[in-house]
Amino acid sequence: MQLTSLVRIDDFRWQIPPRGGQRVPVILFGTRKLIEEMDDKVAEQATNVAKLPGIVAASMAMPDAHWGYGFPIGGVAAFDPDEGGIISAGGVGFDISCGVRCLRTDLTIEDVRPRARELADLLFEYVPAGVGEEGNLKLSPRELDEVLAGGARWALERGFGVPEDLEYVEEHGCMAGAVPENVSETAKKRQRGEMGTLGSGNHYCEVQYVERIYRRDAAEAFGLREGQVVVSIHCGSRGLGHQIGTDYLVLLAKAASRLGIVLPDRELACAPVNSAEGKQYIGAMRAGINCALANRQIITHLVRQAFARLFPSARLETLYDVSHNTCKLERHEVDGRTRWLWIHRKGATRSFGPGHPELPERYRAVGQPVIIGGSMGTASHILVGTAEAEQRSFSSASHGAGRTLSRNQAVKQWDGRKLLKELEARGIYVRSKGMRGVAEEAPGAYKDVDEVARATEGARLADRVARLLPVACVKG
Amino acid sequence: MSSRTERAGGFEYFDHDADIGIVGRGHTIEEAFANAARAVFNIPYDLRSVTPERELTVEFDEPDPEFALVEWLNALLAASRIEGVVPAEFEIRRDGSRWIGRAWGTPLRPEIERGTEVKGATLTALSVTQRDGVWEARCVVDV
Repeated sequence: MQLTSLVRIDDFRWQIPPRGGQRVPVILFGTRKLIEEMDDKVAEQATNVAKLPGIVAASMAMPDAHWGYGFPIGGVAAFDPDEGGIISAGGVGFDISCGVRCLRTDLTIEDVRPRARELADLLFEYVPAGVGEEGNLKLSPRELDEVLAGGARWALERGFGVPEDLEYVEEHGCMAGAVPENVSETAKKRQRGEMGTLGSGNHYCEVQYVERIYRRDAAEAFGLREGQVVVSIHCGSRGLGHQIGTDYLVLLAKAASRLGIVLPDRELACAPVNSAEGKQYIGAMRAGINCALANRQIITHLVRQAFARLFPSARLETLYDVSHNTCKLERHEVDGRTRWLWIHRKGATRSFGPGHPELPERYRAVGQPVIIGGSMGTASHILVGTAEAEQRSFSSASHGAGRTLSRNQAVKQWDGRKLLKELEARGIYVRSKGMRGVAEEAPGAYKDVDEVARATEGARLADRVARLLPVACVKG
Repeated sequence: MSSRTERAGGFEYFDHDADIGIVGRGHTIEEAFANAARAVFNIPYDLRSVTPERELTVEFDEPDPEFALVEWLNALLAASRIEGVVPAEFEIRRDGSRWIGRAWGTPLRPEIERGTEVKGATLTALSVTQRDGVWEARCVVDV
């Protein structure tokens, strides 16, 4: 992206002022390097979002933003329902409530390193991963409706996990307002055997260790110390979420046309929050969120079972579970006025600052854990939400490294098997069923995750707490 | 009108940062749609070893050809997942705004999986056009 087309606010914020139908400015967060590397399409898509009805303050792109469909990935936008604000399926994504569950263990890298290969094999055995891979659970339509209404709470009631887990899951594990009836039978059929599965693409279950601590007070609150082993589970709402996305994309596009909403691009398919179609999608999307929360809760249980085979006395506690593909109704201060807004975060993590009432008591004094997942074989980061993020980004931050090369380019450039051998030589054991998928996720196809974390801190969206390095990984 | 997928060619890909752009071409809109479907299923699966053992059928109403392309691809993805069948040959015919499609393939086997799941067809870069007698159907699919 050419910096000359942007107005520099400071070292980490760049603006596209309102013009040509934009209702609000676009704010791009990132270092000069990240912005220069960003595809022009990010600015184009964020500009289109800035033209949507009811948008408040700004259309934003996080430091890891890249070209998506509808909204950019890394896009954040708030809409006021009282001002005709919309809800967009393209502003949430097909993988509704995709996110990361992070577990802290009482093991150290010295405990795990000698058995990393075995651990990778065990996790691969216990956690179903890959295209079309099903889990052991086969749910009836009635049971699926219970999942969609109950989320991680449903999973807990079925014996997956411990009650303490839910305290550290957003919405305490259950998204209120889900309407399972708004989810198609096709979506439910697709999900029948997919509960407790990772899926494919960039999803993973990774064993990592804390290589470095940046902020001692937050690390202490999160129960993190150097050398400690943690596990990150990255996945979403599987086939059910994908089907909700496909069902509602065309429905919302037609609603926009019928309701006279002029869309800069049809891919921004949306409807007013207060319209029948908008409300219908919200009910279905919330059911999708519960599906994802239940899915990560079940996988947490499977990970504990796998660890118990090698480390019978190990404790794996939920550090936090964050979703980064959502739209949620939240209360925010805008120009000194409290407003209830629908916050779209597509490839962006919520980052509530210190004192936020929705945070678990243990973290309330420091802020919310923010998880930036790296690409395969690279570092990941745990950060903590800041007070400034409320004003700057509706309490939102980055979610990952963000692609710089397309999947096709990555496949041409890297060989999956060779890549796995190289990683193994570095002591990182990756297990995957598809080598094309491994090549697509090559570390070189992503931005520098350390730079993304640094930019997130520099922009005051979240403070770095810990840097994690991988040891073993099941790649979906 | 109906068309069986061309055995070789008829589809290609275009770059998109996070996802993948697919293009299907043909002498008719139906042939272009069939080739677009082949482009989609060639992403998660190695279709070379897929034989037409089982049939999938999809039907839908859609007057807009562009929405019809998205509907066709998404209906196939759903049917494939629900039935556990990997389709490699496709046929679709149109009767007014009614579209009737069929696909043939084999039950999913681990050895044909490539490791990239297609979540769904999107409205991004969506177009169905005809130029110089060739139909082209394209869109970005979310992976």
